[in-house]
Formats: sequence, C-alpha cells, structure tokens
Amino acid sequence: MTLLAVERIKLFSTRSPWWCAALALVITTGIAALIAANTSAEFPLTVGLTQAFYSFGMYVVLVMAALAVTTEYRFGTIKATFLAVPNRVSALVAKTAVVAVMAGLIGEAVAFGQWGISKLIKPNADIAINSAVEWRNVAGVGLVFLVGSILALAVGILVRHTAAAVSILLVWALIVEQLIGIIPKIGEKIQRWMPFVNGNHFLTAGGPELQPDPIKYPFGAWGSLGYFAAVSVGLLIVALVVAKRRDA
Amino acid sequence: MIEAIGLTKRYGRTVAVDNLSFTVEPGRVTGFLGPNGAGKSTTMRMILGLDRPTAGRVLIDGKPYTGLHRPLRTVGALLDAKWVHPNRSARAHLKWLAKSNGLPARRVDEVLETVGLTGVAGKRAGGYSLGMSQRLGIAAALLGDPQVLLFDEPVNGLDPEGILWIRNFMQGLAKEGRTVLVSSHLLSEMALTASDLVVIGKGKLISQSTTQEFVDRSSESAVKVRSPQLGQVAPLLVHKGFTVRDNGDSSLSVTGATSDQIGDIVAAHGLVLHELSPQRGSLEEAFMQLTGDAVEYHAEIGK
Repeated sequence: MTLLAVERIKLFSTRSPWWCAALALVITTGIAALIAANTSAEFPLTVGLTQAFYSFGMYVVLVMAALAVTTEYRFGTIKATFLAVPNRVSALVAKTAVVAVMAGLIGEAVAFGQWGISKLIKPNADIAINSAVEWRNVAGVGLVFLVGSILALAVGILVRHTAAAVSILLVWALIVEQLIGIIPKIGEKIQRWMPFVNGNHFLTAGGPELQPDPIKYPFGAWGSLGYFAAVSVGLLIVALVVAKRRDA
Repeated sequence: MIEAIGLTKRYGRTVAVDNLSFTVEPGRVTGFLGPNGAGKSTTMRMILGLDRPTAGRVLIDGKPYTGLHRPLRTVGALLDAKWVHPNRSARAHLKWLAKSNGLPARRVDEVLETVGLTGVAGKRAGGYSLGMSQRLGIAAALLGDPQVLLFDEPVNGLDPEGILWIRNFMQGLAKEGRTVLVSSHLLSEMALTASDLVVIGKGKLISQSTTQEFVDRSSESAVKVRSPQLGQVAPLLVHKGFTVRDNGDSSLSVTGATSDQIGDIVAAHGLVLHELSPQRGSLEEAFMQLTGDAVEYHAEIGK
C-alpha cells in the first residue's frame, strides 16, 4: 500500500498526467460532437457511433503511461526510486497499478464524455444504453485503456527512452496492426492475434457494424479482452525480469 | 561500516573495477580518491545495489544494500544532484521518498531546514542552481537519519562558500559517529575534508591509509637553500652524502637532509645563507606520482 501511495504522489506531483487526461478528453469528445452533429435520418446516431473514435484518446493515454516510466529514466529518478525501494519488481508493479487505474478512469471519462456530448447535441436520438452489448461498448472503453496502459508501461520499462517507446507504441498500434491485414493470404490470420485489434473487438463485438469486419476473431468479446490483457501482462513480466537483472 | 570484498565490474572487455577490497570505518570522513574514470562512481553504484557486481560483494553493516529493510533509514546517498524530476517541487520530491521508507512527513520539513531550502521548497526543482540542487540531494540523503552516508563528488562545480559548507557538514556528520564516504578526484580537497583515504586508479586499489600517512609517504620532502656563495655550499652538501639539485634560479634543492643539518654545516664553514626552507611536495604532485600509471585517459602534451 505504501508503494501505491508513493507512486500516486509521484504521478500527481507533475503536470503531464493532467495534460494527457485533458487532451484525451478534448480530442475524443470533439470528434464525437462533430459526428453527432452530422448524423441524420439516413445516417442515424447509435451508441456504437458515439464511441467510434475512442482510440484517439487511447493513443494519448498510451503515451502518458510510457512517459510515466521513461521520464523516470530520463531524469534519473528511477535510481532514486530503486535506492528507496531496492525491490525493483514491487516498485514497478506499484507504478503500473497506479498508472493503469488512472488510465482506466480517463477511459471512462472519455467514453461517457463522448456519449454525453452526443446526447447533448442530438437529444432526440435513441442512444440510451440499455443492452449488455451497449454497456460493454461504452463502459468497456475504460478497461481497454487500462489494459493498453499496462502494455505501454512494459514497453517503456524495456526501452527506457521516451522517443523510442512512444514511436514503437504509436507505429505498432496505428500502423502495424492496421496494415498487417493487407498482406495476401496470411495477413488476416496474423491480424486477428494483434493485441489492440482484440481490444477493439471486445468493445464492438455483437454490435451493429459500421462496415463489414473481415477478421475472423479467435475469441468472443470477453475472450478478446482476456487475450489483450494476457499479452500486456506477459510483456510486463518480461520487462520486470529485465529491469531486475540489468544495471539501473 | 562499509566493506568491499573483491569487488569487480566488467563492461564487455573493459574492466571498470578490478578486485577492489576496502573498509570504511564509522566516526570519520573517508575520502574515495582517484582520477576521472578510475571507477569511483561505479563502485558507489555497486555499494548501493544499483549496479550488479560481476564478482565480489559489498556489505553495509554486514548486509548487502538490497537486503536492507527501509534502506534510507540506514544509508543516505548523493550520487547525482540532478536525479529529481524538474517539474516536481523539492518538497514533493522529498515527500515521496519519505513515504517510501515510512518516514514521518515532518522529517521533510526538518531536512529542508537543515540544508536551508525551506524558502524555496515549493518551487520546481528544475529551476534550482547547482548549489541548491546539491543541497536538495543532501536533504534527500539525510531524510532517514542514516548512519552511513555516501557522497559522489559533492563539491564539483560549487562556489567556495558551498564547498566550505559541504566540508564542514560532512565533518559534522562524522563527529556524530556516522560512516561518511566521499569521492573526489581532487587530493587537495580531500586533504582538507577526509581523515582516511581509499585511493584507486584504473579500478584497482592503490592505497588505504590515513590522509596524513598518504601525504607523508607520497610527498618527498626537500629543503630549499639560497646563498650568494652557492658554488661553495653545494660541494659541501654533496660531500656529506645529500642529494643536491640546482634549481637554476640560484637556489638548491637538497633531499635527505633536514634544514637543521644544513644550517649547522654551512655555519661551521662560515658561509652566508639567504634562505633555508623545508619544502613539501605538493599534494597534486604526490597524487600524480601514485596514480600516474593508472589514468584511464592520458592527454598527450606537446605532441
């Protein structure tokens, strides 16, 4: 518990988590507002549509999570941390826990922010959240942010440099996972095992499709989330083992 | 007490620290001396469990650092004053450190008071001058009221007032019975601060002794003789078996003799002396002499 309190003090005594949270909210609610304003009878507003661009907020949160650890390496405070807490695994697990909870809360704020602003703009549209699928589509965003932040922290611990960690995460989530599907024959078979693709499947499975999804997912909605979590936690374990062994 | 036993650190084929064994006793300031690149900082990081030794071990009061419960209560260290997030205030920095080792929040205010940073404790640490950063680093080291303190080049880049403050401060800590290890590449600084010296070069132990012993052993003492009758004085001294060197400025350097002996000899022959003064080899010269072969990066002068 002490270590969680320590990491909470560290996270909130700098400004970057607040900026990241604000940026994630402004981008996502802004896009949601634009979409809601452009819906019509032919192109009706749905619950799924309000959440269509949640991933823009997620990219910001991935950067925040990676920064939470790479700035510690950048400024040497990781050494101060390991001096105070020689058990590096507990120190880094505590940091992961605090950042992941923060990411989850930002995710919920993003999800309900998008939904709320859509409702505000189109008060007469039927976007009441009343089925399990719709609840998962909205409230699930926080879980996806939480799991994604664990993956981002693991990458941050492994590569230690802000620029490298952010590049790897954004290139992976934005480009590699999207474009790998266009490789003939095997592309689709690889793509369905991609972590962020599965995170997205958790949110959208069972809902009305905006466009036909060509991927045959190996798991159902919750299975996809479990797989995404397993990949993230697995990478975190690798990162913790590496951090424990190498010189700080 | 700090005990290093056969401490070794290799980076690939480079040996940074080579089979180093020494002890640091409580109640005195021990200087850890060596030229740049001698392996001082690497050794300090190994003492603190930040770097893993390739071989050997180092114990603090009989335990490895990583085996200490709430280590800040046993060991305080200032390795780099810049290990602070620039956007975090001094108080927030100390607050999380205190929290991590179960120290009460009032300790933060106490150490801020001790180092004289109370007035700027709420300001972001990135805006601090080097001297202020150094004081914050010392505050962090003192937080747990530890019995063992390590400082890596604490006076580097400080103004004379700051140097004096740190010097007195470290001596005060040792007087309270604490173990104080302070590294430096400046022998003159260590001669004023430390009572014991551990000297290393190229990662190897060169000597461990009191500062006085080290200085006496390494500085050859000579006597300077100036006289209008040097031509007659010199043969007399050579005849007595002393080593005489002509300094080229109508003075001689005599080794192997005390100033008393030389004065008596010259007076017995009725010659005139204008100067008779014992010379002490400079500490820097002595240090160079001992570590001359052990400097990692030689500057080739006059090539």
